[in-house]
Amino acid sequence: MNWGSWGDFFAMGGYALYVWGSYGVALVLMVTEVGLLFLRKRNILDHLDRMRGARRTAP
Amino acid sequence: MLAPWFGALATLFCAVGLYLGFFVAPTDHQQGEAYRIIFIHVPAAWMSMFLYLVMAFWAGAGLMFNTRLSGMMASALAPTGALFTFLALWTGSLWGKPTWGTWWVWDARLTSELILLFLYFGFMALQAAIDDPRRADKAGAVLALVGVVNIPVIYFSVQWWNTLHQGASVSLTRAPTMAAAMFAGMIVMALAFWFYSIAASFLRVRCIILERERNNDWVADWLRTPR
Repeated sequence: MNWGSWGDFFAMGGYALYVWGSYGVALVLMVTEVGLLFLRKRNILDHLDRMRGARRTAP
Repeated sequence: MLAPWFGALATLFCAVGLYLGFFVAPTDHQQGEAYRIIFIHVPAAWMSMFLYLVMAFWAGAGLMFNTRLSGMMASALAPTGALFTFLALWTGSLWGKPTWGTWWVWDARLTSELILLFLYFGFMALQAAIDDPRRADKAGAVLALVGVVNIPVIYFSVQWWNTLHQGASVSLTRAPTMAAAMFAGMIVMALAFWFYSIAASFLRVRCIILERERNNDWVADWLRTPR
């Protein structure tokens, strides 16, 4: 085990800014990308649903 | 349909990789804990180059066989490739500051990786600027294929030029020059990023297909089937 306590773990031997700056940005970017993709999918499916509704009600 | 499975695999491998990276791999005797950036930096850099090669492969296949799905695959890979390229540069910068004493140097490895980021951005901007998707695919494919020349430049830059960036610690022909636990953590994280890339590009290609084919009958049929 490398760490005596959670404090040690978060301090990263004095390199907290660099280590957590790397991991934090990686996490934020990946979560954002997946979130945007789900949003994009929802938008296109909503659009398709509306189109289908419009087609059905058309004479 | 496969995207959630690859997403789950990515999460699982990421958890194992982070455990190996933070709790099993020992502290580096020269760099202290700063070296732990390696578990994102190296996998992200590998993925940035690998995804470009896959993107260029699909782009080339699209040009040669004139298949529509190839172009859509290439478009789906570009943003994820750009994400990993940015991550490689960002984490490299945060690693360079405590170890080299600088955020950035214009050395061959860093500069060619920055050019890779611009190639991804150029590919996406070019495709976004052309309204007709088929023409956008063709123009993007030419750019992607021309840009392939940059990949060996990135990979061999540390051998060809005298760079501040260190040489490869891992190669196919000899044993890795690092502790086994560090190596294992890096490989598991690389697999996690690989699964993540598959999941993200599958999600994106499905959006692209639905957006482009929204006026076709099969999309309406597909919507009627329960999911």
